Amino acid sequence: MTLVCVKDLHKSFGDLEVLKGVDLDVAPGEVVAIIGRSGSGKSTLLRCLNQLEQHDGGDIEIAGQRLDADAMAPSDLSRNVGMVFQSFNLFPHKTVGENVMLAPVVVRGVDKLEAARVAREVLDKVGMLEKFDAYPAQLSGGQQQRVAIARALAMKPKVLLCDEVTSALDPELVGEVLRVLEALAEEGMTLILVTHEMKFAHDVADRVVFMHHGRIHEQGDPKTLFNHPSTPELKQFISAVL
Amino acid sequence: MIEFTLWDIVRNLLLAARWTIVLSLIAFIGGASLGLLFTVLRLSGNRLLKVMIGIYVDVFQGTPLLMQLFLAYFGTAALGFNVSAWAAASIALTLFTSAFLCDIWRGCLEAVPRGQWHASRVLGMDYLQTMRHVILPQALRLSVPPTVGFSVQVIKGTALASVIGFVELTKAGTMLNNATFAPFTIFALVALIYFALCYPLSRYSRYLERRLYDAGMR
Repeated sequence: MTLVCVKDLHKSFGDLEVLKGVDLDVAPGEVVAIIGRSGSGKSTLLRCLNQLEQHDGGDIEIAGQRLDADAMAPSDLSRNVGMVFQSFNLFPHKTVGENVMLAPVVVRGVDKLEAARVAREVLDKVGMLEKFDAYPAQLSGGQQQRVAIARALAMKPKVLLCDEVTSALDPELVGEVLRVLEALAEEGMTLILVTHEMKFAHDVADRVVFMHHGRIHEQGDPKTLFNHPSTPELKQFISAVL
Repeated sequence: MIEFTLWDIVRNLLLAARWTIVLSLIAFIGGASLGLLFTVLRLSGNRLLKVMIGIYVDVFQGTPLLMQLFLAYFGTAALGFNVSAWAAASIALTLFTSAFLCDIWRGCLEAVPRGQWHASRVLGMDYLQTMRHVILPQALRLSVPPTVGFSVQVIKGTALASVIGFVELTKAGTMLNNATFAPFTIFALVALIYFALCYPLSRYSRYLERRLYDAGMR
């Protein structure tokens, strides 16, 4: 059984072909870390999964729903997929609580009391409940990113996409965000992460996918992949980042 | 020849300043309404409308306000319409103001980071929901300081209406000067009155900008 099914995915920006046929199946509850050099297409792959970019060729199916931005409203697209960004992208004019409650109320029509209850629940999960009434500008980067994770969780996605969620953080703040993700993984949340945190990928991911020149070059369980890379490109990449 | 006391001069200037204020208000309120309409139309997604409003903005930003006043007054007269100085000044200043405000507001909407659109989109919000709940509230806060700041330009712009015979502060100043030959006194007073009108607005605009900065919006 697969939750996310990507078949022969192609995507170009003008003359530049960024994805050259990607196949990827993700099972429910699986944690997949995507690694690779910048420009290898990993972020583009993630952005195709929630249709921030529309793919040119191939198929994406998530929870049995075939993605087609032309034929779907944003509310349909977001039903199964949540996303956390490198730059947090919290709404600066709204409090932490309002950030989390906005989409359930506006998109799903959940009443405010219920939305507030869910908001407290997910904020508690990321350890940010006591900041319910704070504004994003009053929070550290790590705290903002945890709120962003809670905001995504409030929509009850089946899969959570994380696009280099610790890259914009000061080193001492990375840990608190990774711990939240680790806890989510243990709870059985399906995670697809683009990451530069090799230790995190090694310790938490069920599978590591190495992208190179717009294709999946090598993939496998983290222990094997990191300790016995079979392609020279991955060997080189690992020795460069470790 | 009639003798003018300093008080006579000040009194006459202050009376004329009323018309500067009225003309400024007309231009600002009219210009803001029209500018808002253009901003909305520009966002509507209609390419033709977008291009036409772009040209409109460029034309009014790229030509002197004085020429716009001449065209509104003498140009319409040459076309056979009899337009009063009042109407011509109101129309020209309203159009001028609308073009600038439309452009200022476009800038404010674009100043809201792209990431806000992306975050809203992945949360399932459509264009109107995103505009209403995420983009407009932020753009509105960004737009207050430059909008208040531009109102100073409008007030000073009304001085040009004097050349088509509209009796506001500047015109009253030149008329008094013709009668008293005391240009330094009179124009210093005229400048002082403009300053008294504009300076509080400038300060207010700067205050708003600082408050916005403190709120962490930039």
